[in-house]
Amino acid sequence: MAVTLASRRTTRRLAADAGLLVVAAAFVLPLAWVVLSSLDPHADLRVKAPDGLTSDNFDAILTSDITFTPLLNSLVLCGSATLLTVICAALAAYPLTRFRSRFNRPFLLTILFATSLPITAIMVPVYALFVQVDLIDTMHGTVFFFAASQLPFAIWLMKNFMDGVPRELEEAAWTDGASSLQSLIRIVLPLMGPGVAVVTVFSFVMMWGNFFVPFMLLLTPDQMPASVSINDFFGNRGMVAYGQLAAFSIVYSTPVILLYVLIARRLGGGFALGGAVKG
Amino acid sequence: MTTTAPHTDLGKTPGPTAPSRPRRGPGALVRALPLTPAVVLLLLFLAGPIAYCFYIAFTDLQLTGQAQDSFVGFENFTRAFGDEAFLNAVWLTLVFTVLSSLVGQNTLGLALAALMRRASKPVRTLTGGIVVTAWVLPEVVAGFLLYAFFRREGTLNAILDWLHLPSQNWLFTLPILAVSFANVWRGTALSMLVYSAALNEIPKEITEAAEVDGAGGWRRMWHITLPMIRRSIGTNLMLNTLQTLSVFGLIWVMTRGGPGGKSQTLPLFMYEQAFQNSLIGYGTAVALLLLLVGSLFSLVYLRLLRTEV
Repeated sequence: MAVTLASRRTTRRLAADAGLLVVAAAFVLPLAWVVLSSLDPHADLRVKAPDGLTSDNFDAILTSDITFTPLLNSLVLCGSATLLTVICAALAAYPLTRFRSRFNRPFLLTILFATSLPITAIMVPVYALFVQVDLIDTMHGTVFFFAASQLPFAIWLMKNFMDGVPRELEEAAWTDGASSLQSLIRIVLPLMGPGVAVVTVFSFVMMWGNFFVPFMLLLTPDQMPASVSINDFFGNRGMVAYGQLAAFSIVYSTPVILLYVLIARRLGGGFALGGAVKG
Repeated sequence: MTTTAPHTDLGKTPGPTAPSRPRRGPGALVRALPLTPAVVLLLLFLAGPIAYCFYIAFTDLQLTGQAQDSFVGFENFTRAFGDEAFLNAVWLTLVFTVLSSLVGQNTLGLALAALMRRASKPVRTLTGGIVVTAWVLPEVVAGFLLYAFFRREGTLNAILDWLHLPSQNWLFTLPILAVSFANVWRGTALSMLVYSAALNEIPKEITEAAEVDGAGGWRRMWHITLPMIRRSIGTNLMLNTLQTLSVFGLIWVMTRGGPGGKSQTLPLFMYEQAFQNSLIGYGTAVALLLLLVGSLFSLVYLRLLRTEV
């Protein structure tokens, strides 16, 4: 009995391994294309071993026009929006976790509801509104909208992390005469450092990859972040230099992949989900 | 539930919360003060556009050639439901959502999560890593990778040729299928993570007891696992659907909605009407419909969570 059970387990493990490897193979093909093509002097659209390795593709794109300016734009745009998001979310989460009020529940439900609204749908009215109030094609306008669109989720996530910080320390600080703001900055935030890091990185990663928002709200080419400027590879010049496109994709994607790896362990299985699914 | 109502009177009514007030603490108005920046941002840049959306959907606002927009009532909406291109977009959105989110991401995510519990560690790590990488990549990059994969000269056809199977120009003949697969490629990781977490919550004793009683893998899945994780299934389906409803960049990069509208889901239709045809009012009416459908799913999602906020 024990032997058959054990051998059945082995068979099942092998079957599971085989199944996963098939899926992994299917999933890895597009990824393999981008890596191989970026090193291939004669890259085309299919996955193939490069005809000799070259760094020409990277050399060709690492200019201020093609890569550095768009990446810097992305950094300024997503960096400021993330900063704004995190500050507002931390401030907002504080009264929600620390004080009981009959408004907390409706507020949090609204936030959770807004978290899952399809933001894509409102981009046309946002554009029309931004034209009206003269915020179109401005970095700060885009930053504000980015921050607002990320805020519901950030508040939600931040609140869940803040719930985990015990109140006793703060109450001691209050007795010593600290204000709420002081106890938030000196006591709560340092204690939930990893949580703040998760909210920061997650907001940044979401914005870094977002295409539609800057595509709609920014018009001037030299303000474009990388998510939009990547389209230029399909410009009017006819032939697409696939090797360069692949090289650019790698340069543009690497920061968010690294950041994700950095926080993945803390996000664990389902991250906000970590908040949302625990229900 | 409206998005604006709960925000607006926040912090303005200090009185009745007194009983639950901690002994040592500032007044209710001061306490709610830190909420202000977030609430202002949300009101101005999220609730504002949504309210504006309700307004311009009922006007004939255009980008060019018109001095003033005027109120046209439900004209944009009646026009939409008589517009074949709109109905086509609704149909394609349905196909896209069912194929990629309900069938693809959800089922594949569950299958991966279930297989991972039995697989050996290196295989589990490898597969998880690859699937999550596809998810973390910026939307546009994912679009390009799958564009390359599905093009006539691309990888898929190369494989089919090698297997002596008929190849074709996927982005031309079956664009909605290609973009649906792309969305599965990009979005499955989320389901995989949700279901991995859910499966981990199931006490081992239960499945082991069933196994000793001789229940096979499928029966255990059907009679024990699925019922136990049904709330995760519900929330995951809602999340997937909501995300799929708002996919724009992926399809834009791969097909621009074409050829001839054959992969034009509602977000792309909305964009085309508003900007290529300069009909902001009409485009916004479509946006409003999309937003309403999204809100509906979002409400169901909230109910499923039954969260103890």
